[in-house]
Amino acid sequence: MSRAPLSWIEALGAAVTTRLDRLGLAARFVAALFGVLGIALLRASLIIRELYFSGVRSLSIVIVSGLFVGMVLAVQGYEVLQRYGSTESLGVIVALSLVRELGPVVTALLFAGRASSAVTAEIGLMRATDQLAAMDMMAVDPLARVIAPRFIAAVISLPLLAGLFSAAGIIGAWIIGVHLIGIDDGAFWSQMQASVDVRIDIVNGMFKSVVFGVAVGLISVFEGFFAPPTAEGVASATTRTVVTSSLAVLLLDFVLTVMMFRGLNG
Amino acid sequence: MVDTPDIIRIEAAHFSYGERPILTDLNLTIRRGEIVAIMGGSGGGKTTLLGLIGGRLKPSSGRVMVEDQNVPTLSKSALYQLRRRIGMLFQFGALFTDLPVFDNVAFPYREQTDLPEDAIRALVLMKLEAVGLRGAAHLMPSELSGGMARRVALARAVALDPAIMLYDEPFTGLDPISVGIIGRLIKRLNTALGMTSVIVTHDLNETLRLADRVIVLSAGRVYCDLVPDQIRASSDPFIRQFADGLPDGPVPFHYPASDYVQDLVQS
Repeated sequence: MSRAPLSWIEALGAAVTTRLDRLGLAARFVAALFGVLGIALLRASLIIRELYFSGVRSLSIVIVSGLFVGMVLAVQGYEVLQRYGSTESLGVIVALSLVRELGPVVTALLFAGRASSAVTAEIGLMRATDQLAAMDMMAVDPLARVIAPRFIAAVISLPLLAGLFSAAGIIGAWIIGVHLIGIDDGAFWSQMQASVDVRIDIVNGMFKSVVFGVAVGLISVFEGFFAPPTAEGVASATTRTVVTSSLAVLLLDFVLTVMMFRGLNG
Repeated sequence: MVDTPDIIRIEAAHFSYGERPILTDLNLTIRRGEIVAIMGGSGGGKTTLLGLIGGRLKPSSGRVMVEDQNVPTLSKSALYQLRRRIGMLFQFGALFTDLPVFDNVAFPYREQTDLPEDAIRALVLMKLEAVGLRGAAHLMPSELSGGMARRVALARAVALDPAIMLYDEPFTGLDPISVGIIGRLIKRLNTALGMTSVIVTHDLNETLRLADRVIVLSAGRVYCDLVPDQIRASSDPFIRQFADGLPDGPVPFHYPASDYVQDLVQS
């Protein structure tokens, strides 16, 4: 068929324009959302409600995961440190891994699966059942009333959850390292205290979490707000939220890590 | 507000979804206090018309005058100002599913007024009493039947006593008793609150009982503009097809397709 090459080019062109279109849509959406953030911040009760649904309801999964990740880190770390006879550094290894990397990243991934997917589905269904249109017709901006509080809640709760994840992880490592393996309790804590820097490690880790919160929050509300008003549309928007958020978190983590820790020791 | 007799006036409005034209050169006026039914085939632009009046859609050309303001040119804040005077009942009610009935009806008061909570409570109960559902105030939308949900949505839509009520297929999917109840409520609210009502509907019987005027849309423009008695007496094939529910006629039964025999032989 002589049409084949043409249709191949057509498909490529269509794919590019569709993506550019969506990028433009996202840019306009983000601009509009940031325009109403000020108004939304005044409605504390709406934000608190979303903090409960996104943040508080994610506590159990985040703390339990943190505990297990910390325990695994302790087992693996001990095994390696033993070869160099420096098992007292276990606390440092675990704390740095958690505070710098695993805390922010794993929490963001868990948050995307637990809370953001629910936000996308909720907003998508609100749109599909005309609830957002009804609000708009009642002269209430859905962007300020529904979208912004959910976004703000993600940005607030992610750093806090990441902190709790790291704390739970350190406790998990302490249980394994000190109580089961028998590392000296004092060495575990004092080495950690001496080697973990507030600015370089904790503040940077927190900053990562805030960036992840912005990314995951934006993706979840954007996908929900523009989900096609069908069962299939909402389902695929929810999937896209989890997939895109996860990829965005991992990519941003790489970029941020390079920026933060480049040249730290060299 | 200037008290002109025409509360809604649409002049030469064009609207299309992508390549597909929906409204082509639509002209119509709706007078203050009227109940006007908009009828026509599916995809004939009826719901689009409500979108234009409410400012949710913009025509590609033409004017949509509501209370002497050209809706498509309004700023967002001016549009929101106008929408406080427009109520809309969505096809399936569009109640907020995370709020109980009471809070759904209280929503417009809480968002748009500075009334104290006890005044809001009294107003909400009055609106719910008007639709016969004061006793259901504590229920969640998921616990309501279709007809009840529609009545709660109606109470919410008229909460701020709008000048104009837009109804998008208010009878669809309801049992005959609920259809009658909604129909009577529309009429009563229109008279009691001095509103103007625009009803998009397929339900001809209820429409003829209710409406002062019936506007039939076809191919994106006004096909005819008649009072109910004229519809009943009409011999126009298009109107008869609607009135009598005939499957085929000016509105074809078949979606446009290639020749049937040819299509079969080819396979």
